Amino acid sequence: MSILEIVIFSLIKIVLIVGVMLVTVAYLVYFERKISAWTQNRIGPNRVGWHGALQPFADLFKLVLKEDIVPDNADRKIHAIAPIIALLVALSTYAVIPFGPDLQIGSYDIPLLVADINIGVLFILALTSLGVYAITLAGWSSGSKYSLLGGIRSSAQMISYEVSMGFSVAGVLLLAESLRPVAIVESQAGWMWNAIVQPIGFITFLVSAFAETNRLPFDLPEAEPELVGGFHTEYSSMKFAGFFLAEYANMIIASAFIVTLYLGGWQIPYIQELGFPPIVETLLCFGAFLLKMAAILFFFLWVRWSLPRFRYDQLMNLGWKIMFPLSLINIVWVAALIMIFG
Amino acid sequence: METKIKRRRIKDLSFWEKIYIPEIVKGLSLTFRTMFKPKFTMEYPEVKFEPSGSYRGRPVLVQEENGVERCVACGLCSRVCPALAIEVQAAETDLEKERYPEKFEINMIRCIFCGFCEEVCPEEAIVMSKDYELAFTNREDAIYGKDKLLVPVNKLQDRIDFLRQYK
Repeated sequence: MSILEIVIFSLIKIVLIVGVMLVTVAYLVYFERKISAWTQNRIGPNRVGWHGALQPFADLFKLVLKEDIVPDNADRKIHAIAPIIALLVALSTYAVIPFGPDLQIGSYDIPLLVADINIGVLFILALTSLGVYAITLAGWSSGSKYSLLGGIRSSAQMISYEVSMGFSVAGVLLLAESLRPVAIVESQAGWMWNAIVQPIGFITFLVSAFAETNRLPFDLPEAEPELVGGFHTEYSSMKFAGFFLAEYANMIIASAFIVTLYLGGWQIPYIQELGFPPIVETLLCFGAFLLKMAAILFFFLWVRWSLPRFRYDQLMNLGWKIMFPLSLINIVWVAALIMIFG
Repeated sequence: METKIKRRRIKDLSFWEKIYIPEIVKGLSLTFRTMFKPKFTMEYPEVKFEPSGSYRGRPVLVQEENGVERCVACGLCSRVCPALAIEVQAAETDLEKERYPEKFEINMIRCIFCGFCEEVCPEEAIVMSKDYELAFTNREDAIYGKDKLLVPVNKLQDRIDFLRQYK
């Protein structure tokens, strides 16, 4: 392929991913509301469109119409930049997630990811850690005690859970011997999914992912009953929408990352033996990836409406005294596996 | 001598409870089962809640079959009303009851739906209806005169039966 073709294909993929991602976020919010309703024996939004299907767009329209309020003693520049950082970080991580194996159309061989870089996992970890700046800066610049508390909590929480997250990822990297997401997916061929090979690492990573995305039971930076709205107390209109979007985009990226690292990515075990034509196989694999992602996303929503929020000290206890040792045990376990089975 | 007995308190967790995950799975399965249970929501404008006789909705005046109100304008309801919502002006009539309310107004912004007017009424002439759809766009509309207050007796039978149980 010539340079021009690579650029064109990359641009098409970027537009597709961002577009699809934004629509998915909208419907994730819709399903969040539906699932919250179902777990509470309610019906949920059903007025706008078929069974409320247009509800997310009505919500968005409302947010656009709202007045954009900035508090008097806020640091206006940082206050405006914070949601942009949140969105930027949330959107750019999609670049390295492999959604499926290479798609062959005619003579073209298109990889189903935007950038196949050899440090993809590091890229995601680095960018998601940057996301904490958005929240901390938002809390700092708002000039409100609630926001500040939310921001500080967020940074403390991130530092605690980043550690166990990093160590659980180390187990995966030991097995795959590569930082390339594609190589990690390929190393989980058949039923060698990392979730099955290293269940402890899977659990610690899952819990850390919840903490990283600020979802309940770890949503201390927002903690509505105690901190009003947490870091976004002083945000309104589209700036608030930016944070909202970023939170859900982070959830999607977290679930895609979990699928890539632990649930075998796009792979369907033993699909080669069924003998489909390559294009059908590719599309099936792509579908499998989306299905696994949807399952993890459902799990995110389901947990949110089942578990109560941790107290701050419980959160720290869990992070440092339980999650951290568990992730270390996982590394030892993986190392032992490699020693024994080669 | 002090003897130390190790008591198991309710808040002591067992080993399985301490490792969280089985308990979390239990909680998750509970919410998952709840997702498929029947819903209790009434979709309001289409489906309306029909209250029982014990419901205290908007206070109304009872209108007999012959189209005359039962009220004899004694003014007790107006006196007992804690929110001062009722205003009655009496006048004479040739009917057997001799007195009737020339003007009977309830300010629905003031009314607190306590039901004292109904309790104090010697003629069973003012009762609480089942009507709970009260919305006004200005303060004048909220003052209900006789035109809005008079309701035929057969529509209020549930409430009257309920009241007679306790008399």
